Amino acid sequence: MSEQQSGLELRGITKRFGTFVANDHVDLDVRPGEIHCLLGENGAGKSTLMNVLYGIYQPDGGEILIDGHPQHFANPKQAMAAGIGMVHQHFMLVDVFTVAENLMLGREGGFVLDRARATAKVRELSERYGMPVEPDALVEDLPVGVQQRVEILKALANDARFLVFDEPTAVLTPQEIDDLIAVMRSLRAEGKGIVFITHKLREVRAIADRITVMRRGRIVGHAEPGTSEAELAELMVGRAVDLRVDKEPARPGEVRLRVRDLRVANSAGGVVVDGVGFDVRGGEILCIAGVQGNGQSELADALIGNITPLSGTVELDGVDITRAGPARSIAAGMGFVPEDREDDGFVASFSIAENLVLNRFDQPPFARGLALDLGAIADNAERLRQEFDIRSQGVSDTLASLSGGNKQKVVLARELSRELSLLVASQPTRGVDVGAIEFLHKRIVDERDKGTAVVLVSTELDEVEALADRVAVMYRGRVVGTVDPRTPRDVLGLMMAGVPYEEAVAAAGPSAPPGSTADSPTTTSGRRTP
Amino acid sequence: MSDTQTVRPVEADQAVQLSYLEAPAARRARLSTGALLTILGVGFLILGVQVRGEARFALSTPFDPVQLPTIALPSTVTVLLCAVITLAVGVGYLTGRVPRGATSGLGALAAVAVFLGFVSWAAAGAAYPFPVGNQLAGTIALATPLVLGALGGVLCENSGVVNVAIEGQFLVAALTAATVGSVTGSITAALIGAAAAGVAMAALLALFSLRYLVDQVVLGVVLNLLATGVTGFLFDQLIQPNSGTLNNAPNMQSIRIPVLADIPLLGSVLFDQKILVYIAVASVIAVTFLLYRTRWGLRVRAVGEHPHAADTVGISVLAVRWQAVLLGGVFAGLGGAFFTIGSTGGFIKDITVGNGFIALAALIMGRWHPVRAALMAVFFGFITQLASQMQTLQTPMPSQFLLMLPYLATIIAVAGLIGRVRAPAADGVPYVK
Ligand SMILES: Nc1ncnc2c1ncn2[C@@H]1O[C@H](COP(=O)(O)OP(=O)(O)OP(=O)(O)O)[C@@H](O)[C@H]1O
Ligand SMILES: [Mg+2]
Repeated sequence: MSEQQSGLELRGITKRFGTFVANDHVDLDVRPGEIHCLLGENGAGKSTLMNVLYGIYQPDGGEILIDGHPQHFANPKQAMAAGIGMVHQHFMLVDVFTVAENLMLGREGGFVLDRARATAKVRELSERYGMPVEPDALVEDLPVGVQQRVEILKALANDARFLVFDEPTAVLTPQEIDDLIAVMRSLRAEGKGIVFITHKLREVRAIADRITVMRRGRIVGHAEPGTSEAELAELMVGRAVDLRVDKEPARPGEVRLRVRDLRVANSAGGVVVDGVGFDVRGGEILCIAGVQGNGQSELADALIGNITPLSGTVELDGVDITRAGPARSIAAGMGFVPEDREDDGFVASFSIAENLVLNRFDQPPFARGLALDLGAIADNAERLRQEFDIRSQGVSDTLASLSGGNKQKVVLARELSRELSLLVASQPTRGVDVGAIEFLHKRIVDERDKGTAVVLVSTELDEVEALADRVAVMYRGRVVGTVDPRTPRDVLGLMMAGVPYEEAVAAAGPSAPPGSTADSPTTTSGRRTP
Repeated sequence: MSDTQTVRPVEADQAVQLSYLEAPAARRARLSTGALLTILGVGFLILGVQVRGEARFALSTPFDPVQLPTIALPSTVTVLLCAVITLAVGVGYLTGRVPRGATSGLGALAAVAVFLGFVSWAAAGAAYPFPVGNQLAGTIALATPLVLGALGGVLCENSGVVNVAIEGQFLVAALTAATVGSVTGSITAALIGAAAAGVAMAALLALFSLRYLVDQVVLGVVLNLLATGVTGFLFDQLIQPNSGTLNNAPNMQSIRIPVLADIPLLGSVLFDQKILVYIAVASVIAVTFLLYRTRWGLRVRAVGEHPHAADTVGISVLAVRWQAVLLGGVFAGLGGAFFTIGSTGGFIKDITVGNGFIALAALIMGRWHPVRAALMAVFFGFITQLASQMQTLQTPMPSQFLLMLPYLATIIAVAGLIGRVRAPAADGVPYVK
């Protein structure tokens, strides 16, 4: 590599947190007009490296070069001035601000805000990159996919030459991912250099020009763009990964969860679940599939009791829990993995050990009378840490210091480590690396085989295919139909757009023979009942 | 990129919703308002049946150049009429029959009915007519420090620093204004001194909360105790013995705005006022403009909501918080000055008698917005003044109960009438990278 080379170069970056080395002499370079994929398991140090590049963390060693000139970034402002833009793993948007205000922040121009100019700037950017957003919309009212667009526009607003995308696709639906990939291609064509971090190997294959793999703070290898998913997975985790879940056919038992005519309104008063009914038997996994925002999140919230339904009934093992709050639902044996782990999944300032007993701290063996049994809590944490491979220095670290994927593992470890009658899991493997997905999928199937009823809310068709015994497709607050997981994807796609099963099969054409489903689908309260 | 055929189910921009019901928070606010109005309405019905005589309202004092008539209302009819209006609006709220556009209009009508009904009942058959001008003038005098204090809190808390030390800022500033005024004989110097004292207290708040990450509520309580202690000590040891030189500040004189001040009734109340009253009004406008129309305000609100996000776009969170807290101190300090040089001129121990906490309540009930907080401060001033007027009118109601009114109003309002109270998301949360 010559000194004259144009582009961004990280040389021998080292970053320590206390005695823990998160980045150990890491080299990485990005040239204009290329997409460099950075892969690595949870806690490998990818976000840390990018935060060093963006001036959020100061490196303990190494240097950053742009076009051969050494740089020193004491804060993000200097990194931005040097032409670096970043889309963070956790959105950096002010919820109560409008889109335009968020884009303006930090580069407002004059002392008095010029809203008209900011609005025009949003319009211009969003047109130029083909990402429609409404400049005057409040960010908190926008669906995550659109928030992601705002975050990207924010990075672009600076005329950044180099862009870092830290797991932008973890929260997106397949359609939104396609859009994002198109945007990244056009950015590449404009000559921007892009670092792209993701756990979805399919995306890597679709778009990467170069691939670098990290493990435990170091670069462990590079791969060609054409490398197969299995090879990439092996490089990341250091062992062969089984990308498919092998599970026995379900042996459903008695009906454990019975939902009838459920209607649920969101906090703004919109009816988002409108007459949903289904049964889940012990020992089977029912997947609720659908494009995000069609009522799945509120359905899950209504099951655990975060929202009280407007009408309808929910019965668990014959007991009516329609109006039960979360405490009663948990006592009744419901495990719950929330969609938004940062807000609802854990207490960030508590330790890992404390978070692992959040739903059971007042019961034996973790409580003796009014006192906590700290020994039992620590033992439990150590056991779960090893079982779920939670990467941390110790179980007394705060949750806030964990990497995104490891936080998710803590939530799952807590929910799966007790006796359950029903598991309701929303996007359980969001942001988790391939190795961990393999393990977590296995654990969810094991849970099923213990006779637990499982409701899985997922927008990820791969996950639906891998885990579901039955798939209920939701559209606009209703179940369009309940089908076999082997239903061809284009039929599922059409059903997710609200087309009933028979029509979807007909529209999908001869390539999708209707006989491919084993048992004929049952349409529960769809728009039309045959 | 996936092998799915390109199907575009729903525009991702629009959240899918079928029909709209009322949001739970709005519903709760509507029901509690309705219930309160209904109860009040029923109460007035009972009072209206019992009340006798005329309720008289004096629109002018005997000294006014233009004499307005004294209005006499038949109290039974007035109270009953107010009862019916209150009841009707209350039931309308409860049943949800109020048309969407008319809710706030009808709410305001009900509020007027409640006050008129209450005053008519209280003034019925009294020896003197109810002095409307006094009521308005007193409201403004009581509200001025509250408005300024609440503005100080608004700036502070929008940046993410909880300020329960407004009372302490008031107290120190009141003392400073009195001594500086006494020594220099200048109102301007006294005001500058008071503002500086407010800033000094704010600097303590900022230092310990931003640099040393002390819990901000505890810190505020400690600062209040410190202010009480220090001012009490100085008063006993230094000021009391030398009250001729140190506690003898000039009073602010009213500044009369020509023409406008000649408007009957309202003119002299609004346009013949002390300089601090005008400053308070200007401050509300200035703070609103600063917070919502300027670069600095956008940054203040950003660090109060999501400091991390502000940091990643190159804003120094701590610097912005320092600035906001210190500027807030200026307003709180000016508010404190009103207790001494705005009224009697002299300082006595604990002269602020809890007004700082009422300013805090106004800030919270105003949902951290400068204009709403100022309106709430005026409301508190109005209630307090009403209570003291009632005492002089010798109404059938025990005076202790009347003095409870402002606090009762706070509790009722905080308990539900204002709907969703949402503080800045990072209010009270220290920022550490
Ligand atoms: N502020 C911090 N203090 C202490 N340890 C930290 C801190 N931030 C990160 N770490 C540790 O550094 C390691 C690397 O974290 P990082 O967030 O970079 O991982 P990552 O590769 O981005 O993982 P993921 O794919 O899960 O997002 C983790 O083990 C994490 O626990
Ligand atoms: Mg990360």
